[in-house]
Amino acid sequence: MPTYTPHTPDEIESMLEFIGLGSLGELFDVVPEALRLPHDLAMAPGIPEPDAVAHLRALASRNLECGPELVCFAGGGAYDREVPPVTTALASRSEFVTSYTPYQPEVAQGVLQALFEFQTMVARLAGLEISNASLYDGASALVEAVNLGVSASGRSEVWVSRGVHPSWREVLKTFARGTGHVIVEVDLDQGQTRWPDTGRPGVVVMAYPNHLGCLEDVGVARELADSTGAILVMAFDPIATSVLRSPGSWGADVAVGEGQALGMPLSFGGPYLGLFACRQEHVRRLPGRLVGESVDTDGRTAYVTTLRAREQDIRRQKATSNVCTNQTLMAVTAAIQLGWLGTSGIAEVAKRSALGASYCRDLLVGIDGVEPLTSAPTLMEFSLRLPIDASTLIDRLVDEGFLAGIPLDTEYTGTEYTGSDMRGLLVTVTEKRTRSEIDAFAAAFARALR
Amino acid sequence: MGRDPEPTIFELSQPGRSAWQLPTTGIPDRPLDDLIPPIHRRMDRVRLAEVSERDLVGHFTRLSHRQFSVDLGAYPLGSCTMKYNPKAFDLVAGIPGLADVHPAAPARCTQGWLELMVEIEEALCEITGMAAGTLQPSAGAAGELTGLSLMRAWHTAEGAPRRKVIIPDSSHGTNPASVTLGGYEAVTVPTDERGCVDLEMLRKVLDEQVAGMMLTNPNTLGLFEEQIVELAEAVHGVGGLMYYDGANMNAILGVTRPGDMGFDIVHLNLHKTFATPHGGGGPGSGPVLVADRLVPFLPGPRPVRLATDGSQAVASEAPDFGWMIPERSIGRVHSWHGNSMVLARALAYILVNGSDGLRRIAELAVLNANWLRVRLDGILDIPFDRPCMHEYVMSADSLQHETGVKALDIAKRLLEEGFHAPTIYFPLIVHEALMIEPTETESMQTLEALAAAIERIVADSRAPGGQERCAEAPYCTPVRRVDEARAARHLIATFDARSS
Repeated sequence: MPTYTPHTPDEIESMLEFIGLGSLGELFDVVPEALRLPHDLAMAPGIPEPDAVAHLRALASRNLECGPELVCFAGGGAYDREVPPVTTALASRSEFVTSYTPYQPEVAQGVLQALFEFQTMVARLAGLEISNASLYDGASALVEAVNLGVSASGRSEVWVSRGVHPSWREVLKTFARGTGHVIVEVDLDQGQTRWPDTGRPGVVVMAYPNHLGCLEDVGVARELADSTGAILVMAFDPIATSVLRSPGSWGADVAVGEGQALGMPLSFGGPYLGLFACRQEHVRRLPGRLVGESVDTDGRTAYVTTLRAREQDIRRQKATSNVCTNQTLMAVTAAIQLGWLGTSGIAEVAKRSALGASYCRDLLVGIDGVEPLTSAPTLMEFSLRLPIDASTLIDRLVDEGFLAGIPLDTEYTGTEYTGSDMRGLLVTVTEKRTRSEIDAFAAAFARALR
Repeated sequence: MGRDPEPTIFELSQPGRSAWQLPTTGIPDRPLDDLIPPIHRRMDRVRLAEVSERDLVGHFTRLSHRQFSVDLGAYPLGSCTMKYNPKAFDLVAGIPGLADVHPAAPARCTQGWLELMVEIEEALCEITGMAAGTLQPSAGAAGELTGLSLMRAWHTAEGAPRRKVIIPDSSHGTNPASVTLGGYEAVTVPTDERGCVDLEMLRKVLDEQVAGMMLTNPNTLGLFEEQIVELAEAVHGVGGLMYYDGANMNAILGVTRPGDMGFDIVHLNLHKTFATPHGGGGPGSGPVLVADRLVPFLPGPRPVRLATDGSQAVASEAPDFGWMIPERSIGRVHSWHGNSMVLARALAYILVNGSDGLRRIAELAVLNANWLRVRLDGILDIPFDRPCMHEYVMSADSLQHETGVKALDIAKRLLEEGFHAPTIYFPLIVHEALMIEPTETESMQTLEALAAAIERIVADSRAPGGQERCAEAPYCTPVRRVDEARAARHLIATFDARSS
């Protein structure tokens, strides 16, 4: 039997004898007999490790991964970005990988300091004073931000722009049934949120860039928040923000984001990284872990999780959030990746992505029947209206070796054109896409529509 | 471990230094002002550290030396199941056919991932005795909130969502926090003198407003809830649902199943029971498995085997696996499909262990805990002194009254003995609690060394000057006791807050 347990048969026997038992089965005498499984679990017995890995490889071979065989133009919160070997190597160090939540700071300075550096980097990107030590993903960060906003404003009506990622909004609605928040979705017009003229929301949520790739005038949302006393929550992209006005500079109270672009592979959607930053005044409502700097008894700099009275293990039903295990290794990975990128590198990634997107967009809108979905400015992602269903085009382009993008839901395409359709496509270009790849993509795109 | 302080990466920074290298794209350069309208342009540069690759590697390697981990030594942190994480599964996470798959790619490009997900869901259902599940929740607490959302959806469909959820006073802190976020009021039931839920007290709080009960079994005292069938019957009797907090599933793998005990909703912690590394606090994975009657409410989209008959797809091109949204789905609980790569690691672990190995894990985890319990008998108090499951709780209460040495002090002294500390001051119902979970991957020799260390510490606490020595420990860790009050009072949560 292949296992990872060290016990020899003699040791098992002597340990049983030591505790006064005759067999391993007797360990479970406390389990009522009627509940004890009378047979083995209905699954195969264990197999050797190499066989299990081979099985996983066989499954992997049934996927078509992004790479030369499937050049990736899909994004929408999951990006095919450059992850250098140095990031992977450092983030794979077993001290980071195989430790638990830093409950004993004396032996957890490595993770704690890396999180302190992560918090600093995220706060600087967001242009806000405070960042927590991570949440699960972009959607969970949004849910927590809305909870903070409702608590801070004292009003549970939440206006959410349809520019926010559709899955994030769905998660928000799932959990709003428990909290009782009233989620009001607000339509886009030409890529810009058309906020209602009347009403008094407690929280206003928008995305920048939004799900169509558009850059909205956040000033409008800030004015709305000012005039209604609402908390402004802004979903931001950590790479894009290096060249765009930061959430803090636009006046956001809370900024949330998906941090996958900071050194994490696509991994079919996870593990990713929820980014959460806010103004200093909200720090006591902050969800999740926060690392602070202090000193040890010898006066040396030391890091420790702080403002713990917000958290579930202390405050229980009155906690600001239920989060316990978060995505620490992903936060450490992001700190390493941001260390590798540095001030100049992150802006270069954003700029190259924008250059590629602009080049790609010009080629694609030159194809007969393809139009931009909106006239709003875009950065690394843009939306198109196609003459056929997006999923049909995506399917055809897979055969040509391209992942063409993400289909846009009818909520984006139904209002501006007659009837609702599935002809909207979100296309993404990262710093990895070369001119020849984009040229070949555009040519295949045109062929697929003929 | 590394004792020299490490400056922050910002202090290592030199303006103009860099590490990044990006591929050649061949796309003609243009100024950013051509690409971004002025009102959207960031006017300042984002200040990140500016370091060389060599500096970066040195910095994070030195930080890693200041971090304890399972790979370095035993980690008997109760309720956390810090078992050894097999290295082969790190390799799984690096397979390009898994790592480089976009989550929004069409199903025909992701058949392997869909099959993997269906396969692990089926295995987890068999292990727990449930009908179907969702793999979306990212961790245990996310699973709890998902489970409570299912509870709400069920009761709403039955007429009204109800108001209350019952939890034992020994529960994990996430339980009551999730109950509140789920829109319910937490009602606490006490533990009886045997360390289990007080059945009579439970019956007193049960009424038609009870949506359900959350329970860990074995509970956080490491004891099996012997009256679980009666507890479940009582809760079901008022129409409530039973929720299983899977934090302690390691104790019962292949021995007994939550589904057979009467639970309706189960979450598992793959980062505990199924050996996926905890990453210093995540990523985890908290799949939720449910009984038949709750399947229509599961989050979607769900990865499913496509029926050969009802399929809309052209037969020759029809994929075997696809996505399905349950008819009364509560909706998504994750941006995509969950912490997929954690699922891949856990599936590999399940395959290697199989039906025989999984049961052996539970047997040896329980054997180790009981051996340690008997070995340390008389050294510290054991408030509920009877055979335990995979963990047990000691108390330093008498020792503290006698010598002034607290559970915290014992924990700190263990750190310099090369062990991670047990969980302390939890569960809340035990004074000066030390909750110890050795897991099945520690050897008898390691357990003996741990027991001997605890014995030495307790003996020293009674020696002259012992209380002072304990109160000041640790001495030789990377840092000594950290001033937590100062961290909260004078908050410095970023490098930029240092000078202010």
